Amino acid sequence: MGVYLNKDTKVIVQGITGGTARFHTKQMLEYGTKIVGGVTPKKGGSEVEGVPVFNTLQEAVSKTGATVSVVYVPAPFAADAILEAVDAELDLVICITEHIPVMDMVKVKRYMEGKKTRLIGPNCPGVITSDECKVGIMPGYIHTKGHIGVVSRSGTLTYEAVHQLSQAGYGQTSAVGIGGDPVNGTNFIDVLKAFNEDPETEAVVMIGEIGGTAEEEAAEWVKANMTKPVVGFIGGATAPPGKRMGHAGAIISGGKGTAEEKIRVMNECGIAVADTPAVIGETMIKVLKEKGLDQKCKTH
Amino acid sequence: MNIHEYQGKQVLREFGVKVPNGHVAYTVDEAVEAAKKLGSAVTVVKAQIHAGGRGKAGGVKVAKNLDEVRTYANEILGKTLVTHQTGSEGKEVKRLLIEEGCDIKKEYYVGVVLDRATSRVVMMASEEGGTEIEEVAAETPEKIFKEVIDPIVGLAPYQARRLAFNINIPDELVGKAVKFMTGLYDAFIAKDCSIAEINPLVTTGDGEVLALDAKLNFDDNALYRQPEIMELRDLEEEDEKEIEASKYDLSYVALDGNIGCMVNGAGLAMSTMDIIKYFGGEPANFLDVGGGATAEKVTEAFKIILSDPNVKGIFVNIFGGIMKCDVIAEGVVEATKQVGLEIPLVVRLEGTNVDLGKKILNESGLNITSADSMADGAQKIVAMVK
Repeated sequence: MGVYLNKDTKVIVQGITGGTARFHTKQMLEYGTKIVGGVTPKKGGSEVEGVPVFNTLQEAVSKTGATVSVVYVPAPFAADAILEAVDAELDLVICITEHIPVMDMVKVKRYMEGKKTRLIGPNCPGVITSDECKVGIMPGYIHTKGHIGVVSRSGTLTYEAVHQLSQAGYGQTSAVGIGGDPVNGTNFIDVLKAFNEDPETEAVVMIGEIGGTAEEEAAEWVKANMTKPVVGFIGGATAPPGKRMGHAGAIISGGKGTAEEKIRVMNECGIAVADTPAVIGETMIKVLKEKGLDQKCKTH
Repeated sequence: MNIHEYQGKQVLREFGVKVPNGHVAYTVDEAVEAAKKLGSAVTVVKAQIHAGGRGKAGGVKVAKNLDEVRTYANEILGKTLVTHQTGSEGKEVKRLLIEEGCDIKKEYYVGVVLDRATSRVVMMASEEGGTEIEEVAAETPEKIFKEVIDPIVGLAPYQARRLAFNINIPDELVGKAVKFMTGLYDAFIAKDCSIAEINPLVTTGDGEVLALDAKLNFDDNALYRQPEIMELRDLEEEDEKEIEASKYDLSYVALDGNIGCMVNGAGLAMSTMDIIKYFGGEPANFLDVGGGATAEKVTEAFKIILSDPNVKGIFVNIFGGIMKCDVIAEGVVEATKQVGLEIPLVVRLEGTNVDLGKKILNESGLNITSADSMADGAQKIVAMVK
C-alpha cells in the first residue's frame, strides 16, 4: 500500500530528454518504477533508456494508459507542463523543477480548481512507495518497506529522516516531498489525510521549515483528526528574519513563520518535535514505544 | 531582489500610479540642481538605501530652500544609517531622492503580497498609514482590509472601491484611489513583484492620491523575464559574497559565525546551521549548492566560503538526491587545489553515488575529516574550530 503510488502505477516523464531527466529515468527504472513513456516536443519517435518519447502528453497518455507524470522541464516552461498534465486528466502530476516564478504557480493553482488532477510540488524530491514505485529524485537505496509515512517541505531533510529510520530498522510506507515553494499543489494536511487512511501506515514524520503557517494548520488538523501518532521537525530555528533561506517559501517576515512558533503549536497539538535533525528517527522510535507500536513498526 | 524607492516610483509611474515629482542625486551639487528643477516651495531630501526605517534614522529631511537642500544633502550623503532593517553595521547612503514636498491631508497604507494560504495575490489597505503595518496587524487587526484577487479577473474595480471606502478615503477621491490601486496591482503582476508596498499613500490638499513611499521587491525566480528590472539592481547594496554566489546560481546568505557550511538542499542547509548552533558553534553562512550543481559550481561555492575571513573551519554536509556525491567530491578537491586549504574541513557524504564520492576524497590526499552522520560532522567541526 502506501500513498499515491504503487507497483502498478504507470508513469510518464515530462521533459525526458534533458540530462537530469535521463539520469533519473534510469534510476527510477532500476528501482522498478513502470516508466511507460516520456514527452519532449519535437523528439517524438525517439527513445530514452528504452522508453518511447512522444511530442505531446496527450499522445503519451492515450498510447500508454499512464495515470501519473513527473515534470523535469526547466523552470520557464514547467508551469505549462503542469497545465498539460491537468488537461490530460492524469490522477497525479509530480513537479520536481525548482525556481518556477510564483505568479506562474498562482495561475496554475487557479486553473486546477475543480479539475481531477493532484499536483505534488513544485520544487520537491517527489514521492516514493518503498519497494514499489519511485517517482522523483530521491536516492532509492535508503528507503525500506515498513509502516512509517514521511511528509516534508524539504528534499534532503526527507532523505535524512528516511535514512535514520531505515538504519534503526523502521521501514516506511511512502515518503512524500511537498516542496519548498510558497504556492504548491499538495499541502501537509492532504498528505496527513492520505496517511491516516492508509491501512499500512502506523505513524507519520512531518518535516517543516520556517515561513508561512502550513505547519501550524497541519498541527491543528492532526489534533482534531489524526488517529496515528505524528513526529515533527522544523528546519531554520537559527535563520535570521527577512532573509530568504534558499526556498522561496522559507522566509520569516513580519514576525510570522518562526520555528519557535511552529514548534510551540505542534507540541500543543500532541506532536513530538525533534530537537535536531539528527534525532528525528530517535524521536519517532521513542513515540512508537510509548504507543506500543514499536514491535509492529520494527521491520528489520 | 530589492530596488531603491526612486526606482520603484519610476516603475509605478509607468502603470499610472501617481507619485510626487523627483530626481535621483549622487552628489550634493546634483541634489541642489534637482531641487532647482523641481522648483517646489518645499523639497524633501531622502536617503536611498535598501532598508526601511530611514526617517527615524535621520535619512529623510524637509528643506524649505536651496541652502537647506545643500545642507541636508551634505549631511545625509555618505552617512551610515542604522535602522531596524540594516543590522548594527548600518548602510552607507550613496544616492538621494530629491522630491517635491506635498500638502499631506492624511496617510494610508496599501500593500500587495502573495497570500500563501489561498495561493492568490492579496491587496491590503489600512487607514493607519505611516506606521509599521506589522504593528497595526498586531494591535488593531480590524483596521486592515484585504481583497483576495482572482488571477484571471485581476483586481476588480468593485474590490478597489470596497478597499477605498473601507479605509475612509473621501468620496470625491475614491475614483483616484481606485485608479491608483489598479495601477499598483497591474505593476505587481507585470513586473513579477513579490511585495509592492505603499506606506504611506497620501491624500493631499490639492485633491491628489499619491505614493509618498514605494517598496517593491521582485521574485528572483522571474528575473530572467524582467530585464528592465534587472538593470535596476544596485550591487553596492548587496553582500559581495552573495553577489558572487548569485553569479553561479548558488543560494548564499552571509551570517556572523566562523563555521562555513556547504550543503545541498535548503532544508538541510538550514538544519545544518541549526545543528552547528545546537552543539555550541556559530555558522558563517547559509549555502545551498542546489540540485544540478557541477564540479565547477561546487568549486566556486568553496571559494566563496573561504573568502570570508571569519571562517575558521568548513562543514560539507551532502545528502545526494539529484546532486551526486562524486560531483561534490570532485568540486571540493578541485577547489582546495586552486585556493589551498589551511583550515579544518569536515565532510559528510550520503546518497546518490556516495561510494564514488568517498573514493574521490580518500584518494585526493587532502586532509579531510570524514563524518558518519550530520550530528557527528557538526560535533567534529565545532570541536575543531574551538
